[in-house]
Amino acid sequence: MTMFRLLLASLLIALASPSWAVQPDEILDDPALESRARDISAGLRCLVCRNESIDESNAELARDMRLLVRERLVEGDSDPEVLSFIVDRYGEYVLLRPTTDGANIILWVAAPVLFVIAMLSAGLYLRRRENAPEPSSGGLSDDEQKRLKELLKD
Amino acid sequence: MIIELGHFALILAFAVAMAQSIIPLVGAHKGWRDWMVVANPMATVQFLLVAFSYAALTYSFLVSDFSVKLVVDNSHTLKPLIYKISGVWGNHEGSLLLWVLILALFGASAAWFGGNLPASLQARVLAVQSAITAAFMAFTLFTSNPFTRLVSPPFDGTDLNPLLQDPGLAFHPPFLYLGYVGLSMAFSFAVAALIEGRVDAAWGRWVRPWTLAAWVFLTIGIATGSWWAYYELGWGGFWFWDPVENASLMPWLFAAALLHSAIVVEKRETLKSWTILLAILGFGFSLMGTFIVRSGLLTSVHAFAMDPERGVFILMILAAFMGGALTLFAIRAPVLEAKGVFATVSRESALVVNNVLLAVSSFVIFIGTMWPLVAEMLFDRVLSVGPPFFNMAFTPFMVALAMVLPIGAMLPWKRGNLSRALRPLWGLAAFSVAMGAVTWALQTGNSPLVPVGLALGLWVVLGAMADVWARTGRGGLGNRLKRLGRLPRADWGKFTAHTGFGVSMFAVAALVGWESEDIRVVQIGESFDKGGYTLTLTSVDRVQGPNYVSTMGTLEAHRDGRLITTLQPEKRFYPIAGMPTTEAAIDYKIHRDLYITLGDPQDNGGWAVRTYIKPFANWLWFGCFLMALGGIFSLSDRRYRIAAGADRTRTDAVPAE
Repeated sequence: MTMFRLLLASLLIALASPSWAVQPDEILDDPALESRARDISAGLRCLVCRNESIDESNAELARDMRLLVRERLVEGDSDPEVLSFIVDRYGEYVLLRPTTDGANIILWVAAPVLFVIAMLSAGLYLRRRENAPEPSSGGLSDDEQKRLKELLKD
Repeated sequence: MIIELGHFALILAFAVAMAQSIIPLVGAHKGWRDWMVVANPMATVQFLLVAFSYAALTYSFLVSDFSVKLVVDNSHTLKPLIYKISGVWGNHEGSLLLWVLILALFGASAAWFGGNLPASLQARVLAVQSAITAAFMAFTLFTSNPFTRLVSPPFDGTDLNPLLQDPGLAFHPPFLYLGYVGLSMAFSFAVAALIEGRVDAAWGRWVRPWTLAAWVFLTIGIATGSWWAYYELGWGGFWFWDPVENASLMPWLFAAALLHSAIVVEKRETLKSWTILLAILGFGFSLMGTFIVRSGLLTSVHAFAMDPERGVFILMILAAFMGGALTLFAIRAPVLEAKGVFATVSRESALVVNNVLLAVSSFVIFIGTMWPLVAEMLFDRVLSVGPPFFNMAFTPFMVALAMVLPIGAMLPWKRGNLSRALRPLWGLAAFSVAMGAVTWALQTGNSPLVPVGLALGLWVVLGAMADVWARTGRGGLGNRLKRLGRLPRADWGKFTAHTGFGVSMFAVAALVGWESEDIRVVQIGESFDKGGYTLTLTSVDRVQGPNYVSTMGTLEAHRDGRLITTLQPEKRFYPIAGMPTTEAAIDYKIHRDLYITLGDPQDNGGWAVRTYIKPFANWLWFGCFLMALGGIFSLSDRRYRIAAGADRTRTDAVPAE
């Protein structure tokens, strides 16, 4: 439990102070390059925080990664080159936007496939309802019919 | 002593809950009336016992009884009173007891206000509800006892996590729990109806208020959580697609689907088995959320516990209730014969589309949330699924929902005519698109986000107005205005909630698309320009708070030489918990928030200052507020207030055609 508290506390500290995220001294002079750096870092996960991008995180490691991204950009790398550079070093875990290769394709096609299946079944259902015969009785048991008659009297 | 009494009361309540989950079921099966009605006093007793137990725990927080482990871990004598109260649920054990309290409260309400339910249905509802409560009581008592004492009590506590010492977060969990647990009522009604083998319009009418209430609470809970993140985390993010946030969004979407499909059951006696399934899955996703938060399986910033034992226990609860309910569903669903016949173009069909969009979007979030786990177990890949995926996969569903909503809302029940329904809407659609186009032309930059968001939001809001206006029927303007005031509250609920959806949609687009940011080092006395304001850092001071020390900057915002506002962003440090927090200073205005946070002192004597202009941020919370308010209007509709019983449904039922 103590271990957990420490862990939680450190996580929350990481979460608590993102006003230190991008430091003024990190910002590149070229605004176009800087804006690319921001876009790239918003899509990279901070390894020591939970579910935070390096752009939001104040952790040292996140700062190192931000500086690395900017370094590569200044060297003239394209955005995909920067990404693959980072992934080579830190693994695919850092990508907040999962790749589309291999099994991940299941994840990406899930939404459209589910949607099409759901719409098709809904369509079939609607067609059935349209052609269904109008039910004759009100579906009430004899007791209920009696009670209904009583209620309708007053 | 009081603590032991509280503990004992919980054990007693557990015994009552177990009895209550069996006796009424047997009674309903055999037709023994006294075995059925005993559920009512039992539900009341159970609630009183849990309430006492909860009060005992709260008392130990109020008097700072540091012989109780939970109080030591989560409180401190210097902590303000309100956070002593909220500290009770600011941890795993206490929040679980709150869950149990709310479960018992909902069960007792079904006993108190369910007098007009058929006796066997009520008995079964109370039994199922009580079974859920019993399971969670066992969880509390056996794995997470909040009443554990310490052998040698310390002099003072270790304080509540400072992040939780905030009014927004203090009231975020109770509302979420009310929502999660509210869905348990819909679940209990669904399972009871499956046991009965009967779902009719009356059932739809009974289950809908519970669903509405749960949805309203979830809306408020999610909105306060998101608002808290906005002002507390220091850069104005409001949604992170964190597993725990997803855990609350999934049941919210299901509840939204359920409260729409329950209308179809109530008015048209069709979509029955689908509605039952939604009620089961809605609560299933609530349990899933609890599991995600408390098992630590999906690590997340707000996960309470990383304790496998607890995770396994919740997984067992989840498996038992979902497995049982779905099996029952598979056996009984074919018996639930649909009655209403309707054409493909009709309100019924529109609500089916609504349900498809809401349910599928929820499943997509589910898949995205679980995918890292699946990928690691099955494909040996450690990866992340973050905001870029969710934004891309989820947004189209909301866009589609916004597009069809005004049309569906105008279609009549049973059989509609698309061109007639569209007649009053063409102008509104054209106007919305035109406004979007104007925005596109006027804005700097070329992101289509805000123009599209504006067009959709406007379309939804105008559509809601057209709908309410159409409800006044024909005749002169005066007559129609008069009739406007006499419309049922459910109509106003629909109008308000749909308007809220449109407003939120626009606000999200504006906030994401038009936000601008400025990061710089500022010397004391130095000025800089941002978004038409001249900001001057006049001083940075150290301020002593009740249980923290603060570094407080003071900035003056001028516009055209006139002082607009003075902002005081802070960096706080809580020495007892050893944690820093950021307190952003925000100037709230109707068209934008001016949002400033103070960073670190720099080597050259200046301070890092971040300034954001957040356009239309307030509209987001206002939209959520409208959605919740709409739910409350619907909840207060006459048909739920006055005799929601079976005897009424047939007589004052709303005309179907």
